[in-house]
Amino acid sequence: MSAQYKLVHCTVNGKAVEKMVDVRASLTDMLRNEYHLTSVKKGCEVGECGACNVLIDGEAFNSCIYLAVWAEGKSIQTLEGLLSPEGELSDIQQAFVDETAIQCGFCTPGFIMTAVEILNTNKLYTDEELRKLLSGHLCRCTGYENIFRAVKKTMYRRQGKTIDF
Amino acid sequence: MYDMKALYEAQSVEDAIRLRVEHPEAQIIAGGSDVLVQMREGRRAGKELISIYMIDALRGVTMDAEENLRIGSLTSFSHITRDPLIQKYCNVLGEAVDQVGSPQIRNIGTIGGNTCNGVTSADSASTLHAWEAIVELTGKDGVRRVPIKDFYIKAGQVDIKPDEIQTAILIPKASYENTFGHYIKYGLRNAMEIATLGCSVNVRLSADKKTIERCRIAYGVAGPVPMRCPSAEAVANGAQPSKELSEKFARAVIDDINPRDSWRASKAFRQHIAVEMAKRALTRAVELAGGEMA
Repeated sequence: MSAQYKLVHCTVNGKAVEKMVDVRASLTDMLRNEYHLTSVKKGCEVGECGACNVLIDGEAFNSCIYLAVWAEGKSIQTLEGLLSPEGELSDIQQAFVDETAIQCGFCTPGFIMTAVEILNTNKLYTDEELRKLLSGHLCRCTGYENIFRAVKKTMYRRQGKTIDF
Repeated sequence: MYDMKALYEAQSVEDAIRLRVEHPEAQIIAGGSDVLVQMREGRRAGKELISIYMIDALRGVTMDAEENLRIGSLTSFSHITRDPLIQKYCNVLGEAVDQVGSPQIRNIGTIGGNTCNGVTSADSASTLHAWEAIVELTGKDGVRRVPIKDFYIKAGQVDIKPDEIQTAILIPKASYENTFGHYIKYGLRNAMEIATLGCSVNVRLSADKKTIERCRIAYGVAGPVPMRCPSAEAVANGAQPSKELSEKFARAVIDDINPRDSWRASKAFRQHIAVEMAKRALTRAVELAGGEMA
């Protein structure tokens, strides 16, 4: 086809931006190629693995199966947006480090953005609920247990509750 | 980059209808969790798409003037599950669509897309059949309402005319009033799984909770399209809830269903679990309605 482009305005990590985008692009393509946000990983590219997960208006989406043009008018948050202005890690990122919830790191940004959506509900989920909420991500290294602990710990800490694993 | 020939973006229902007429070859894309994956696989590669995803007027659950529960076709699964009207009047639908894919898929996947795909395994399909949902389609000549059983024509094919898009799914008042239901999905794992079999049962009990006034049961993956089970329903209608009844009811589904052998499961296995699922789902539906299996 002859290339078809569209100007897409959106907010990326709190900043209002606009770019001409090929309509065939996925949101992963746009975030990586136009905004150089490489925490957004290209994994399966069919919505199964969660490596490309970002928050759109506060909800988690696999950006690989989301058209870039649909970002028009939306607020997008990627892992890069979690860092403080001084570059310090957020609580959930630090928990991933503390719990050794990372090996190769490929699934980590996606997992953390889903964790942000979960934590922002300010609810205390049961283990079963939490496992279901985290089930949209594949990790081939850690066996999930440390990831689960990192999210659970942060959830309890934010609620001011002591944790009993 | 997706291998698409062109993208036409509708900003309103009128826009979508005009684009449908102008581009008869184009495929409608709602949330895209099936269409884009099929495009990536090559099955829909090189095709034109009409995106209706940005039509916000098609989102949300409301009660219309006739007290039908009205679900906009682009309402996502997660929003259906969280919706207070759904929780109050048709909670089982929220529970059923909470078993689709993963949390991210439930944020993008829409009830309209789930039904327009015409696949028998859609987690919403058996519940929508069991609640006699009405599909609302809007075209250049106006609005058309089709009972869900007639909307599904055959596997992968639904009743949408070339100038139409699906705009809502309605659950009529007569269908949800005093009615309680339960859905069971049988899959090999809990997340990112397509149902081996799905069973949705709902009941309305008499005021003294001693009689099943109306029982409806529908399956997904028990045939090429989702289906009701009239023989089983006839057994339960007007009967008193009991363990014996649930056994008889469950055995009767065998006369109605027609599952096939596939790599997921054999016909014999599907028939076996269909009976057990009918029994469990009826028992739970009666309990939810305040009754007891004597």
